[in-house]
Amino acid sequence: MSGSNVPHPPVLEVENLSIAYHDGTAHRGVVHEISFRIDPGEVVALVGESGSGKTTTAQSIIGLLHANGRIDGGSIRLNGTDISRWSDRQLDAVRGAKISLIPQDPASSLNPVKTIGAQVGEILRIHGVASGRDLEAQVISLLERVGLSEPALRARQYPHELSGGMRQRVLIAIAVALKPQLIIADEPTSALDVTVQKRILDLIDELRTEYGTSVLLVTHDLGVAADRADRLVVLQGGRVQETGATKVVLAAPRSAYTRQLIADAPSFSAVVRKAPGTARAVPAASDNDVVIVDGLVQDFVRMDGNGKSFRAVDDLSFRVRRGTTHAIVGESGSGKTTTIRAIVGFQKPTAGRIEIDGTDLSELRGETLRQFRRKIQLVYQNPYGSLDPRQTVFDIVSEPLLNFGRLARPARDEKVRAILSRVGLPEAALDRRPHALSGGQRQRVAIARALVLDPDVVVLDEAVSALDVTVQARILDLLDELQRDLGLTYLFVSHDLAVVRQISDTVSVLKDGRLVDGGSVEDVFERPGSDYTRELINAIPGQKRAALV
Amino acid sequence: MSGYLLNRLGQALFVLWAAFTISFVLLQAMPGDAILIKFQNPELGLNPQQIAEIRASYAADSAIWVQYIQTIGRFLTGNFGYSVQVGVPVSTMLAAHLPATLKLASLGFLLAAVLAVVIAFLSSLTPFAWLRGAIQSVPSLFISIPTFWLGIMLIQIFSFRLKLVPVINPGPWQELILPVITLAVPISAPLAQVLVRNIDDVLTRPFVAVARAKGATRHWVLLRHVAKNALLPTLTIAGVLFGELIAGAVVTETVFGLNGIGGLTGRAVGSQDAAVLQAIVVLSALAFVTINLIVDLLFPVLDPRLRTKAGATA
Repeated sequence: MSGSNVPHPPVLEVENLSIAYHDGTAHRGVVHEISFRIDPGEVVALVGESGSGKTTTAQSIIGLLHANGRIDGGSIRLNGTDISRWSDRQLDAVRGAKISLIPQDPASSLNPVKTIGAQVGEILRIHGVASGRDLEAQVISLLERVGLSEPALRARQYPHELSGGMRQRVLIAIAVALKPQLIIADEPTSALDVTVQKRILDLIDELRTEYGTSVLLVTHDLGVAADRADRLVVLQGGRVQETGATKVVLAAPRSAYTRQLIADAPSFSAVVRKAPGTARAVPAASDNDVVIVDGLVQDFVRMDGNGKSFRAVDDLSFRVRRGTTHAIVGESGSGKTTTIRAIVGFQKPTAGRIEIDGTDLSELRGETLRQFRRKIQLVYQNPYGSLDPRQTVFDIVSEPLLNFGRLARPARDEKVRAILSRVGLPEAALDRRPHALSGGQRQRVAIARALVLDPDVVVLDEAVSALDVTVQARILDLLDELQRDLGLTYLFVSHDLAVVRQISDTVSVLKDGRLVDGGSVEDVFERPGSDYTRELINAIPGQKRAALV
Repeated sequence: MSGYLLNRLGQALFVLWAAFTISFVLLQAMPGDAILIKFQNPELGLNPQQIAEIRASYAADSAIWVQYIQTIGRFLTGNFGYSVQVGVPVSTMLAAHLPATLKLASLGFLLAAVLAVVIAFLSSLTPFAWLRGAIQSVPSLFISIPTFWLGIMLIQIFSFRLKLVPVINPGPWQELILPVITLAVPISAPLAQVLVRNIDDVLTRPFVAVARAKGATRHWVLLRHVAKNALLPTLTIAGVLFGELIAGAVVTETVFGLNGIGGLTGRAVGSQDAAVLQAIVVLSALAFVTINLIVDLLFPVLDPRLRTKAGATA
């Protein structure tokens, strides 16, 4: 949007910046001599995977590095003045006024015990811009400006009374309150649903244009960066791999790493991992349906005691053929998790029938229900929380075997080793504990644990959502390979339509507990049957590039 | 909300009843009783028949469950019975000894809270790592000091060496200075430890970074964002520590010769004066239950998240 012919000096110039963390005597460099600049009104995206140093860089610019982080060299020039060695007191005048922050996780980024109004008003009060009635009026007009309904009511509410998207709007209101020159948006939408994500990014764009603010967009999502940024800075291992105009970098990436990132980003991928109906010959006969959900209804009794119940899933029906992947798609609160909890037998449905491999779940009680769980296994979203940190990989993977039948130790050993090598983990990982593994390795352990019982159906609950794109791509490859070799049926729960499109054969789109769209992936994506599905598809980031290529 | 209140009240009543019953059973299970201790003294020259008559007048030998029902009935009407040893109503004895203990306990708790807050915030505000370490080791030191030893040391140093606080005929407030310190020190330690940990925890939350990004100074953030969030969980610990306070008061009163419930308890234990002990147990339980009930009811007032209940549960 703005080129180098603009006469203004850059808002921000980072030059040869190096940052290290000091833990006692250890000294760990995380950012190595990186340089980039942001011109007035420009959006620059800092793109990289976890550990690339992108967040550390962003923190250093606003002077909020962790206590053990230190700038070892280089400069950060704001309007030509080097602020990298400024004291906290000097920076306090800059923070909020000249540089502001839109944080990653709206759920934890607002003080839970203060009202929205107090937290928005705080930035005006700190910088002595307004007080009293004037302050209240400004707070309400800011809340209105970021698109919150009933701003006067919102000002009196507490964060927990607002949805994630609304909270992020509040945080944006705080960030733009003093019309700063630079906004650092640190993964501003990665914790939000895809349609909310699009609206929030649109809002940031709109305010940026209106106020002429520059934005440093920190993101792991190349799709988001492609849609929103004028220029990209690609980071890996604390070093700049590539920098340039977004169009140029995406069309003709110079570094191998950027090429890899583009290839692995699901939203760019033209590759459909499986061509439905061709990879496996799926018999047309419906007697080969391994999962049958028929008229599922799930009510929950509200806890506030007035006896009213809440319907989480409403008359949901779908069938999944053996050896295929069925995706359940929806935003938070759509009933995806409730549905799969009913399917794996963790809760009794209020009404409706669930049949897994010919067994009606409602007939199972106690021990028969426990035995049934062999057939259907879960892989959870968070590879950090779903593994017991005190168990070794061997213990984790062999535990299901101990729960079902008494396999002799040597046979168990062999089985665990076989399954671990099947999911691509080295033999040496057997004795390690989860903390010694990377996120991708942990998810491989979780997959091994699910497969060790030879299940028919594997439920993948957002199983790749927490992973970096390159890791995600490898795990998706693995899942595909396992499905082909072992004839597994997957129930793939996800909010990420780009991934769903890549790996699923059929899909159910849920909204407020109801099925709004369903059928084969091509049908649903090419000819969506509902406005909601269309909105979901349009919200997938990275479409700007798709239009370019 | 009213369901919550009723539930908590019910729990409180149950705890009171349990404290009463357990102490009743334990006091009954002890060999001998106050009547034997007082009247079997050979100097009184009472023959077994006279003793039996006295026992009958106290209804000391009726069936345990009859005594239990009678005692619980009396307690419900506010009648705590008579002390066998002294021969006056237990309620009169409690009224005489309670004010001193209340004064000691409330001042001790107040000082403990102040000490804890000062230690915690000093350690968070100090810019030097070594000083921070030093301040944070204070609670561990405090918690390992025995109350009786601290009391004696304080008297030695402040009264006898420095002659700052008189031991002979001190004023009504002067006599409380050293006992209050003695009581406060061990109570403040766990409070300070919990508070330090909570402050550290809250400081890592993203909303603190957001507040700093607004341009707030460290002090501003600590006072306006961290303090309330860190103090909330500490409140629960404070309620639980009240039990320690009662136990600490007994020792402290003994060391300093204060005429409070602690001293009364000591004498009643010596003479197995069941009526007095029963009343003290119930009174302590009542105080403990009340404090914790107040803490529980205070939470929704202080924490907006607890005011509105979440909708569905899965």
